[in-house]
Amino acid sequence: MTEILDSTAAIGRPLRRKEDAKLLHGRTNWTDNIQLPGTLHMALVRSPMAHARITKVDLSGALAQPNVVAAYDAASLGDLNAGVPCVWPVTDDTVMPPFPALTGDKVRHVGDVVALVLATDAASAEDAIAHVDVEYEPLDAVINMVDAVSPGSELVHGDAANNTCYVYDLGGGYEDALAKHPDAVVVKRRFVNQRLVPAFMEPRAIVAAPMGMSEEITIWSATQVPHILRVLLTLVTGIPEQNLRVIAPDVGGGFGGKLQCYREEILCTQLAKKLGRPVKWTETRSEDMVATHHGRDQIQDIELACTPDGKMIGLKVDLLANMGGYLQIITPGIPLLGMFMYPAIYKMDAYQFQCTGVFTNTTPTDAYRGAGRPEATYAIERIVDEMAAELGMEPMAFRTKNWIQHHEFPFTTVAGLTYDTGNYEAATAKAMEMFGYEELRAEQKARRESGDPVQLGIGISTFTEMCGLAPSRTLGALKYAAGGWEHCTIRLLPTGKVELVTGTSPHGQGHETAWSQIAGDILGIPVDDIDVIHSDTGRAPYGMDTYGSRSLAVGGQAIKRAADRLIENARPIAAHQLECAADDLEFANGSFTVKGDPEKTVTLGALAWAAFSAHDLPEGVEPMINGEATVDPEDFSYPHGTHLAAMEVDTETGKVRVRKYVCVDDVGNQINPMIVEGQVHGGVAQGIGQALYEGVEYDEDGNMLTASLADYLIPSAADLPSFETGTTVTPSTTHSLGTKGVGEAGAIASTPAIINGIVDALRPMGVNDVLMPASPQNVWRAIQAAKGGAA
Amino acid sequence: MIPAKFDYVRPSTVDEAVAALAAGGDDAKVLGGGQSLMPVLRLRLGEPSVVIDTTRIDEMKGITDSGTAIVIGAGTTHDEVTKSALVRDHVALLAAATETVADRQIRHRGTMGGAMAHADPAGDQPPVALALDASFTIAGPGGRRTVPASEFFVDYFTTAVGPDEVLVSVTFPKYTGWGAHYEKFNRTAQAWAIVGASAAVRMDGGAIAEARIGLTNMGPGPVRASAVEAALIGASSLDAIAAAAEQAAEGTSPNADIHADVEYREHLARVLTRRAVAKAAGLA
Ligand SMILES: Cc1cc2nc3c(=O)[nH]c(=O)nc-3n(C[C@H](O)[C@H](O)[C@H](O)COP(=O)(O)OP(=O)(O)OC[C@H]3O[C@@H](n4cnc5c(N)ncnc54)[C@H](O)[C@@H]3O)c2cc1C
Repeated sequence: MTEILDSTAAIGRPLRRKEDAKLLHGRTNWTDNIQLPGTLHMALVRSPMAHARITKVDLSGALAQPNVVAAYDAASLGDLNAGVPCVWPVTDDTVMPPFPALTGDKVRHVGDVVALVLATDAASAEDAIAHVDVEYEPLDAVINMVDAVSPGSELVHGDAANNTCYVYDLGGGYEDALAKHPDAVVVKRRFVNQRLVPAFMEPRAIVAAPMGMSEEITIWSATQVPHILRVLLTLVTGIPEQNLRVIAPDVGGGFGGKLQCYREEILCTQLAKKLGRPVKWTETRSEDMVATHHGRDQIQDIELACTPDGKMIGLKVDLLANMGGYLQIITPGIPLLGMFMYPAIYKMDAYQFQCTGVFTNTTPTDAYRGAGRPEATYAIERIVDEMAAELGMEPMAFRTKNWIQHHEFPFTTVAGLTYDTGNYEAATAKAMEMFGYEELRAEQKARRESGDPVQLGIGISTFTEMCGLAPSRTLGALKYAAGGWEHCTIRLLPTGKVELVTGTSPHGQGHETAWSQIAGDILGIPVDDIDVIHSDTGRAPYGMDTYGSRSLAVGGQAIKRAADRLIENARPIAAHQLECAADDLEFANGSFTVKGDPEKTVTLGALAWAAFSAHDLPEGVEPMINGEATVDPEDFSYPHGTHLAAMEVDTETGKVRVRKYVCVDDVGNQINPMIVEGQVHGGVAQGIGQALYEGVEYDEDGNMLTASLADYLIPSAADLPSFETGTTVTPSTTHSLGTKGVGEAGAIASTPAIINGIVDALRPMGVNDVLMPASPQNVWRAIQAAKGGAA
Repeated sequence: MIPAKFDYVRPSTVDEAVAALAAGGDDAKVLGGGQSLMPVLRLRLGEPSVVIDTTRIDEMKGITDSGTAIVIGAGTTHDEVTKSALVRDHVALLAAATETVADRQIRHRGTMGGAMAHADPAGDQPPVALALDASFTIAGPGGRRTVPASEFFVDYFTTAVGPDEVLVSVTFPKYTGWGAHYEKFNRTAQAWAIVGASAAVRMDGGAIAEARIGLTNMGPGPVRASAVEAALIGASSLDAIAAAAEQAAEGTSPNADIHADVEYREHLARVLTRRAVAKAAGLA
């Protein structure tokens, strides 16, 4: 645990989070708490079937229920039935089927929305949906991706032959490289990166309200992306952008699941405008499980080739990526965010990648903590262990032999990314030391020799990732519709206090504290005198929001530049007051001082009032002092680290225990180490969730078998060890604060560490893979299969 | 999630509760701690017309010593059961199983009567009641009757308690001095059991003189592993216990679900029974 300080010093210190007192005392403003007079409550008629033609929708029964004001199906909603947008067609011929807010022809997954009811209270709306009469003509449900792409399969969308949304072929001369090495050792594996539910704590909630006599509609939504949502809502509804204001009040987690323009957001907005009344919707957990987008769900065919002495030659990746029943905001692009990361930290001659996007009758997939990169990291770190075993090499030694060494940076990988910095040796050495690597290997040996029913395995994950997606030019080249910049405005108020307006949209990350630390340090103003304004397009008009570990990596640079500009804007006023040339001033600790004359000094606070009263400003200088910046970073950021897991496996029952978890992350300079540690902890827990507990299961008809949190298991503190975290600091050279992203690192790194640990424990029994989640049954089955194979 | 509308009554005696049930007709429901009933209502898997809250009926609360047995009021919470010296001293296996139920919050609300009347095959306490020959006092329009555990659990979520009846108390014979252990196998700390094995043994001169074994989630209701109980008599070594435990899955009919198929459940029943007995006997 980092020591927590209550000091006013800023960057690099583990200050207590300003936002926590409010959160911990329940003085929060969740969207569901918003109660406006005249509100209509929306309830949705969701499909109980995965795939069926809708033959009849009769709303009359619902309309006759008490307190019901209106009910709609696709036909009666008419022109207002706008489509859910997808902004990332990854190829020129990506099939982009319509995704109307209310479906009219067919239902394409359990939870698809057929109709809606509006009532004056939530209970009446919920009661009334049972009275909407919908008739379905069932169709074969397309659930399994391998079946889906087989000829003759039922089609989810008529225009997507073989249920194929796209085939993305990066090419890459793997076969050619292999041909040059007749003695190459090749390992092939099929990994299944299972489907996950984001499972944030606060379910989605929306209130859309016409604002009095004006044309404005204000939308409060539990979203990560108020700015993106506003642009998309205007594009899909046609309501002029200047008339939409989107506010994300306190938001209880997102993990990518609230990075979306959801059909419910579209419906509330449209209906508020049409009916002239506030419209509110709060999802239940049961709805969330089927209606909030899911993550992951890829079948990964991976092939790694090495020379017999353990030098990597090339990597071939062929993916089936499940899109689900429709495309949401960036559904097709998620696997491509991983495309660049398969070669990870390793040097090799060739890399080949292909991905097929597949429609199925399942909930749409999209971003979930790491989005594409956890899948890639899982595959490479797993296959690296399998190759080491094949070659008879110690898995860490095999990694060391192939990774980019610290003196080789900047390094352009075979996937075409240029990593600015990294020091895998340092992070690994520190992690191994903290872990007691050699002692644990000795214990493992002893347990093997004694035939202990509880075996020990050591799981390694030496990962890197790309985050803080930008520059915008690169995103454009990938056919992603938006940019990757971020904005900040810093206003010096007349009394010397500061308003910092950011375009990031925190939902648990602690931006209010960290952003204050950055600006406070640069401006020499106490952290508590800085108010961070965010997540409201009315008060913070420019921004690209929070996802992809971008907020500090990108937004932090905007804060720095804005603060630097504010100082420059104040400088002429200081020079005027101190009767010197602007160049003769130096700025430190919140004051301008004449060089060589420490007596002649003026604080920013004093200048603030002068700029406000404007009684005596130099010629040509405008009143008020502020600084504004919109930064489009030079490159992605590349945090990295080494995660080590000691896994105990009860070979009798298949139950595993994470005995020890050590990770050393290098996220460059740290603004607030306590927040960094918190991000790592949460991410590691989620990654362990994927490895051991979580996984959506469908039956063959497309019913979700894990549709409640009693069946979809999420680990709690009681299930996890106390993580031992450490850091190394290799500042980024492409980011002005030397920082890198940290939001997703833990979730990306931990999953393969856990599975590698389990496989390592069982390898002498002949086990070389285990399905995720590595439930006791899956582990036991792997052991039984290996036993059977040996016999 | 919002339940469908229902009426609510809160009687203060058992007789009033029985009368309210009679008045409420077929779809009246008794409410104990609400930890199983409330999810059913919220998910609209059940839509009773009236809910009869029994949590203010004094007679249904508390734990008493009748001399030869411990009587636990149906409205006694799991938390009270785990903390009761009477239970710990004389029915240690029940305390051990109850401690593993869900989490602290749920144990403060959920009740002995609710857990038994609900009769979830994955419930931790019903197999204990079955193995320890508990008996159930049930009140209805015709007065009170007592039903042995062997007749109480009928099928999935079905017991001998009729729709017009209230479970008043559960009586456990004393097992003073017996060794006890509950081996619960689940995936996360507060999850239901995939399989559970409860074992109580009376040791005599280093060997097992008597054994009681109950299994969780190995059939439509709690299962008593009678063959293992018989085979354990005289066992004084881990090997002997292991040999007896091999019969644990005999006569069971577990379900398959996403956590475990039938074969795996049968395997777990054997391993867990062995471990539970070994610990109860003080041999592991
Ligand atoms: C998240 C979660 C996890 C859980 N995990 C476990 C677990 O690991 N192991 C486990 O064993 N249990 C578990 N439970 C269930 C818990 O033990 C409940 O307390 C128990 O099943 C029901 O008890 P209750 O008093 O809450 O009953 P209620 O929910 O009030 O009632 C349950 C049923 O019993 C009937 N009933 C209640 N009292 C009486 C009575 N006196 N006479 C007649 N009928 C009555 C009701 O009508 C209803 O049908 C869990 C519950 C939850 C919510």
